[in-house]
Amino acid sequence: MIGDRQFNSRLIMGTGGAPSLEILRNALIASGTEMTTVAMRRVSADTHGSIFDLLRELKIDVLPNTAGCYTAGEAILTAQLAREALETSWIKLEVISNEETLLPDGLETVRAAEKLALDGFTVLAYTNDDPALGKRLQDVGCAAVMPLGAPIGSGLGIRNPHNIELMRSLLTVPMLLDAGIGTASDAALAMELGCDGVLLASAVTRAADPVGMAHAMRLAVESGLLAHNAGRIPKRWRAHASSPQSGLIGTDARESPEF
Amino acid sequence: MISIRLNGTEEQFPDGSTLAEVVQHITSATQGIAVAVDAQVIRRTEWASTALRPGAQVDVLTAVQGG
Repeated sequence: MIGDRQFNSRLIMGTGGAPSLEILRNALIASGTEMTTVAMRRVSADTHGSIFDLLRELKIDVLPNTAGCYTAGEAILTAQLAREALETSWIKLEVISNEETLLPDGLETVRAAEKLALDGFTVLAYTNDDPALGKRLQDVGCAAVMPLGAPIGSGLGIRNPHNIELMRSLLTVPMLLDAGIGTASDAALAMELGCDGVLLASAVTRAADPVGMAHAMRLAVESGLLAHNAGRIPKRWRAHASSPQSGLIGTDARESPEF
Repeated sequence: MISIRLNGTEEQFPDGSTLAEVVQHITSATQGIAVAVDAQVIRRTEWASTALRPGAQVDVLTAVQGG
């Protein structure tokens, strides 16, 4: 549940990096996603239409992002343009600090989030794995907070699981792990740590077999959630036998049988 | 003729051109696009009645694969 919407799938798949629209189409279907991200860019002969038409055909909701924005002002204008073009007030807010790391600029993100929330947007904010910053984003009205596991497209997984777990315990709004996922076990871990969902793109679109990886991600998110809810066993330093310790053959004589 | 900056490129349009005509010049799409003039969003319903001043910066955006 994000904002006023109930989702069956907890996986949001991004569309960036797919080798072709046909592969993207099949990967989206295999992922079971109900919402997918798009970027807003100036029209040109080769960009027109296609992704918009594909999402309509698949009946997948569109979640525009503000990727590439460096300031709150740029992100707000991009969100307003997305609302006008795509007729949705949902926005994945992403304000980055530099081109090389694509790490979020926390101050600009909070600034933009506050204005967008006041303007009626449903804001899903991409952020650092910083519990205090996540709290700020929640307080200014974000519908969901989305910490990174590692830099965008890095595939490094969840570098600081402790922060993700801590952040989840401090926030009341939905929290989605966004960025850094490399393979299925990363997505499962995100869910095991208590995340409400996972947002990923590159891990699927740039995999050797995007459709196969999309399927793996769907199952990983489902598995991770089931495991989280089922409650994992505590970790121990020593073994804890799962077979009975009594009734072993030869235990009466306390001697090994002779052969 | 007036000169405007359309998606980052200098372009000439007849005097009195409306925003709707400028948008048509760059794309045939009518859905899935949005327009900003001098960094202000102009609603679709206002395109036909919006006249352009010389030097205006017009951006026409659409959704592409991303993120």
